[in-house]
Amino acid sequence: MQKTLKRYFPIFVLPTLLAFTFAFIVPFIMGVYLSFCNFRTITNAEFRGIGNYVKIFADRDFVNALWFTVKFTVFSILTINICSFALALALTRKIRGTNLFRTVFFMPNLIGGIILGYIWQQMINALLLKYETTLVANATFGFWGLVILMNWQMIGYMMIIYVAGLQNVSSELLEAAQIDGATGWQTLFKVKIPMVMPSITICLFLTLSNSFKLFDQNLALTAGAPSKRTAMLALDIFNTFYGRAGYEGVGQAKAVLFFLIVAVIALGQLVLTRRKEVEV
Amino acid sequence: MKKKAWGDLCLLLILCVLVVVFLAPIFFVVMNSFKGKLYISDAPLALVTPDTFAGLTNYRNGIQKTDFLTAFGCSLFVTVFSVLAILLFTSMTAYYLTRVKGKFTDVLYYIFVFSMIVPFQMVMFTMSKLANIFRLNNLPGMVVLYLGFGAGLSVFMFCGFIKSIPMEIEEAAMIDGCNPLQTFFGVVLPVLKPTAITVAILNAMWIWNDYLLPYLVIGLSTKYKTIPVAVQYLVGSYGSKDMGAMMALLVLSIIPIIVFYLVCQKYIIEGVVAGAVKG
Repeated sequence: MQKTLKRYFPIFVLPTLLAFTFAFIVPFIMGVYLSFCNFRTITNAEFRGIGNYVKIFADRDFVNALWFTVKFTVFSILTINICSFALALALTRKIRGTNLFRTVFFMPNLIGGIILGYIWQQMINALLLKYETTLVANATFGFWGLVILMNWQMIGYMMIIYVAGLQNVSSELLEAAQIDGATGWQTLFKVKIPMVMPSITICLFLTLSNSFKLFDQNLALTAGAPSKRTAMLALDIFNTFYGRAGYEGVGQAKAVLFFLIVAVIALGQLVLTRRKEVEV
Repeated sequence: MKKKAWGDLCLLLILCVLVVVFLAPIFFVVMNSFKGKLYISDAPLALVTPDTFAGLTNYRNGIQKTDFLTAFGCSLFVTVFSVLAILLFTSMTAYYLTRVKGKFTDVLYYIFVFSMIVPFQMVMFTMSKLANIFRLNNLPGMVVLYLGFGAGLSVFMFCGFIKSIPMEIEEAAMIDGCNPLQTFFGVVLPVLKPTAITVAILNAMWIWNDYLLPYLVIGLSTKYKTIPVAVQYLVGSYGSKDMGAMMALLVLSIIPIIVFYLVCQKYIIEGVVAGAVKG
């Protein structure tokens, strides 16, 4: 069977492989190479060694963006997961209207980042109008605006994963806890949370990688204003590429660094989930 | 027992308040899209009154300024054809990679998996320049790029499922004289349906909402803008001037998504959860 299938390689694999080569393999390899080059377009690159990587730290933009991204990621991971877990607990109590609530809470997740960003930009500016200020007047507003926006978008999604996890906790276990006289809080911390650990791992990493790589929402909500102080990493890379002539190489070097950080996060997830699988 | 009933009632109230909070931004945009544009900047939080009501003026302006109907058509074209291409080609590739064992297929599989963790910023510059050189800077070209960049996740998800299908059925089909293509389309593809729905929904949501790839590949200048690019274009150039058109455009951009969501809610939620667990 393998042999006959092998002859069909051009039909089964080639279309995907060609598109994949164009869209990923070649751009990726060229991207790594170009990060060591001086170039304006991809055809006139000159090899320059690690100069671009040194230049990343010549101004504070990248470090500021990294710090802003880390701060934003920590706050959104905490708020999103606490809120969505609480909602999931509420929705697994078999009260009326559960389906309606689920529908409403999940909906923002489907709206694209650019549109979400502008909806919230208008909404927050309308609220701030009373205090005669705007979203871009103060970096703190931009920060909390992004956290709120991210919560609005992700809470419903994480809630559904937690609901699925909580529904798998066996009712016998919960009954046993009740018979042993466990209080509500004890059941929550000693039974429910340990039992949904796999869901928690998934949600933590989903919120982590989505927050860390955020771009569209950032661009639409503040576009980095005031003076780049609310620019996250992805936006800073974009601005380096397209906002400063002659800085394409530095932009590419920043992109490689960004990729390495994201890869470390993804590997961390892989190791953690593998370990969990062994235990179960 | 009575205590529990009271608790549930309180919970219900809190949830209802939360629903209002969740829907407030949408309500806010819809409301303002019907106001005269000057009233939006003066009193954005005020309800619409007969004085401030502007009818469909904002919608007419928004649609004209961005050529919204064309943008809708472009988004629909790119999303539908990219998803179809991804479903067809990556499922075939995944089938081949799982059933043909060897060093080459192993390496290829790992490259696909590897591509899932690479952020778009890493390849965006080189990819968009290559797309220009090879004349992929048009709508069909974007379908190719989406197939390529979306292949990682889709191949990975299809492979995971195909591994669990017993080979006996396929072998029986082969013995009965089917060639690999007939076997794949007649026997394997129908079994793949649940994974195919998940893959289709994840990719459709990504492509429909994607901003950077169409912006970089096609750009602001041509008339083939997708909806997110059109929104960004309007706000970038007219943002402070015509708030009404912007509000109307935001509403118009949300409507297709909400309709799609309400029609296939069950599949969307299941698909997204399945995608999260595997990805």
